[in-house]
Amino acid sequence: MLKLDKLVKTYNTGDQALKSVELEIPQGQVLALIGPSGAGKSTLIRCINRLVEPTSGKVYLDGIELTTLGSGALRRERRRMGMIFQEYALVERLTVMENVLSGRLGYVGFWRSFLRRFPQSDVDNAYRLLDRVGLVHMADKRADELSGGQRQRVGICRALIQDPALLLVDEPTASLDPKTSRQIMRLIVELCSERGLAAIINIHDVALAKMFVQRIVGLESGAIVFDGVPDDLTPDMLTHIYGEEDWEATIEKVEDEEQEAAQ
Amino acid sequence: MVTHTQPDGSLKWTRRTTGERMVRWFGWLVGVAVFVYAWNTISQATTWFFVWDAPRIAGDIFGRATPPRWSYIDKLWGPIWDTLNIATLGTIISLFLAVPVAFLAARNTTPSKMFIRPIALLIIVSTRSINSLIWALLLIAIIGPGVFAGIVAIAIRSIGFCAKLLYEAIEEINETQVEAITATGGSRWQVMVYGIVPQILPAFAGIAVFRWDINIRESTVLGLVGAGGIGLQLSASLNVLAWPQVTLILLVILVAVVIGEWVSAKVRGAII
Amino acid sequence: MTGPTVSELDVLIGNKWKKPSLIKSDWLRWGLTLGALIYLVLAINSVEVSWSRVYEGLDRGAKFVKAFLNPDFTTRATDIREGMIESIIMTIAASVVGIAISIPIGLGAARNIAPLPVYLVCRSIIAVSRALQEIIVAILLVAIFGFGPLAGFLTLSFATIGFLSKLLAEEIESMDKVQAEAVKATGSRWSQWINYGVQPQVIPRLIGLSIYRVDINFRESAILGLVGAGGIGATLNTAFDRYEYDTAAAILLIIIVIVMVLEYLSGVIRARVQ
Ligand SMILES: Nc1ncnc2c1ncn2[C@@H]1O[C@H](COP(=O)(O)OP(=O)(O)OP(=O)(O)O)[C@@H](O)[C@H]1O
Ligand SMILES: [Mg+2]
Repeated sequence: MLKLDKLVKTYNTGDQALKSVELEIPQGQVLALIGPSGAGKSTLIRCINRLVEPTSGKVYLDGIELTTLGSGALRRERRRMGMIFQEYALVERLTVMENVLSGRLGYVGFWRSFLRRFPQSDVDNAYRLLDRVGLVHMADKRADELSGGQRQRVGICRALIQDPALLLVDEPTASLDPKTSRQIMRLIVELCSERGLAAIINIHDVALAKMFVQRIVGLESGAIVFDGVPDDLTPDMLTHIYGEEDWEATIEKVEDEEQEAAQ
Repeated sequence: MVTHTQPDGSLKWTRRTTGERMVRWFGWLVGVAVFVYAWNTISQATTWFFVWDAPRIAGDIFGRATPPRWSYIDKLWGPIWDTLNIATLGTIISLFLAVPVAFLAARNTTPSKMFIRPIALLIIVSTRSINSLIWALLLIAIIGPGVFAGIVAIAIRSIGFCAKLLYEAIEEINETQVEAITATGGSRWQVMVYGIVPQILPAFAGIAVFRWDINIRESTVLGLVGAGGIGLQLSASLNVLAWPQVTLILLVILVAVVIGEWVSAKVRGAII
Repeated sequence: MTGPTVSELDVLIGNKWKKPSLIKSDWLRWGLTLGALIYLVLAINSVEVSWSRVYEGLDRGAKFVKAFLNPDFTTRATDIREGMIESIIMTIAASVVGIAISIPIGLGAARNIAPLPVYLVCRSIIAVSRALQEIIVAILLVAIFGFGPLAGFLTLSFATIGFLSKLLAEEIESMDKVQAEAVKATGSRWSQWINYGVQPQVIPRLIGLSIYRVDINFRESAILGLVGAGGIGATLNTAFDRYEYDTAAAILLIIIVIVMVLEYLSGVIRARVQ
């Protein structure tokens, strides 16, 4: 459903962040994108919904080429791609409900959104989603009164209310503590399978990625160097992606924690 | 930081090199010379006889100006109302004009950095650099004396001030919040209303109230050049040397300024 | 999903959602809105605009715009030059004196370093200076000292004191206590404490504010001439009186350029001291 064809991004500064990336994601697949800092993970995600304009190459979403769309058509396609950010990117001075409803902006006219007159079905949906993530009682709180984990849940609701086919998730857990990280990852993966969404999840935490997804793609210096199931991601492979490190130790440590948390 | 070897072989530490110290001394020297020259010029243009006589004259004026002529207050209610209106309406109009100018001037929202931004910045500098009294003079020459000229003068003078503070606030917004709204597929204006406006609203309210406070002060004196408000009475009373009335007017202005400051502090406290 | 949240959700589904208002009480909100509307209607109605006069004025307005495009620097060149120099001289002298006096007053008006009587005296000086408009002070000083730049110089100095001392005092009151206490803890004298504990924290800000004040003083010096307190204002006023818009435009352009230069310089200097 999503296809990247020879995607290249060179920033004005001359940094070649993506070097001809080829990637194909079938319907409903959740994929983790790993790689060292500066590998180009965020750039890749942002090139898909064109928050960053790709230098060359093509992106297809369900057969529609996104890279050449005009601004109106691009906005229509953006509705089908929900995005979740590392720093939550909620509009802090708006309420939780407004933040969730802002996911419907692509479907609602300007004046309706300006006057906060969203269709009742959107409002109901927002309540359902907030309930699903356990925040329905927070609906009228301002977003900056929430904790990090709660904010990320609101961010997830905002992405899901778009009724997307694909989630673009940029380091959803990097600002959260280990336990909340796991809860958020679980929530995202569950929601994707409930709704049959495909997702690309940028993530630094390899152990977390291995725990939750079926497919892992490793990016290094703007090129894909690994693409396979979690079990294929051997310590040797990780060394290839990230450089020298004692991988067994980190992974075991995290698994211990998980067992402790379960007890 | 430099170390010198003393005659006895120990090291002495000083903060600056000799060259730097020379430059500093030279700078001070030039500064003092400029100040002395400035003072001399002022002193030459001054009739010192009057200055030596000043304590007596001040005492004389004070004697004549007290007690204030309280009954005159009846004639001041109208001008006070006008003064309030000049400040308030002027501020409101200026905010309507300042908002678009600020968006055109902010680096992250301007449609064109090459052409439109410099124009917006020019509007900001030129309206800001010229005092509202001068704007009033100009407007009186164009549209005649009265409250209306005062309102327009205050409005024009405030554009630059408000737009400058506002565009600085716009440049400081968090861009990821804006990106997040863009990523949902919102239109340009929706991104503005949901991503940018909420972030600058507190700054906007603070600026509005702050400028209103300043405008209360400025509108009290616009009448000196004929642009309406209580300054008209001040100027009339000064012309006929009615000092007790002048005292009363100054007291009224003082009270207005204090109330203005108090209101603006309260409102700002409530917003932020 | 079962449990208590279900009932909460059931209650909400199908209901209208409204953004919670800033002002909670309906009464207060409607009252304020209505009050504001009534005020606006009354205010706008009380402004008398003679549109025919405005219409006539458009012509003169157009002339003025034309004058701005084609300013006349030469006809009154001597007046302009002398007025400008006087304005600049008043600005310089008043800024130097004003800044020099505001430092002790600012120190005295900071509650954390000054004893109460000193604090009260300094605060009242600041209050008086801030409450009185420059132009009003100038009128009074002209009445006392006679026409000329001395009155303007004194006015600007006095205004500088109110502005700078207040901000300086606030800066000192909000400065990093720990750092200042650390110096105090070494057992130093008051003057040393000011010198090492307070000064380094406050100086950069003081420099920034002073330059900003120089800018304000220059702009203000341009109007003091309207009441006879020296500077370019007198020339400007005459130009308006004689309908010499091209000369007025020239003067205004010079003011704008000087303010721009001052702003640029202050940006550069502030960047260097911080
Ligand atoms: N706006 C930009 N302008 C110029 N260069 C950029 C920009 N954004 C990213 N880069 C460069 O592109 C490369 C990839 O950056 P990117 O943010 O995609 O990496 P990342 O894999 O997401 O890293 P991290 O894990 O730290 O988030 C880096 O070399 C970075 O310096
Ligand atoms: Mg990144």
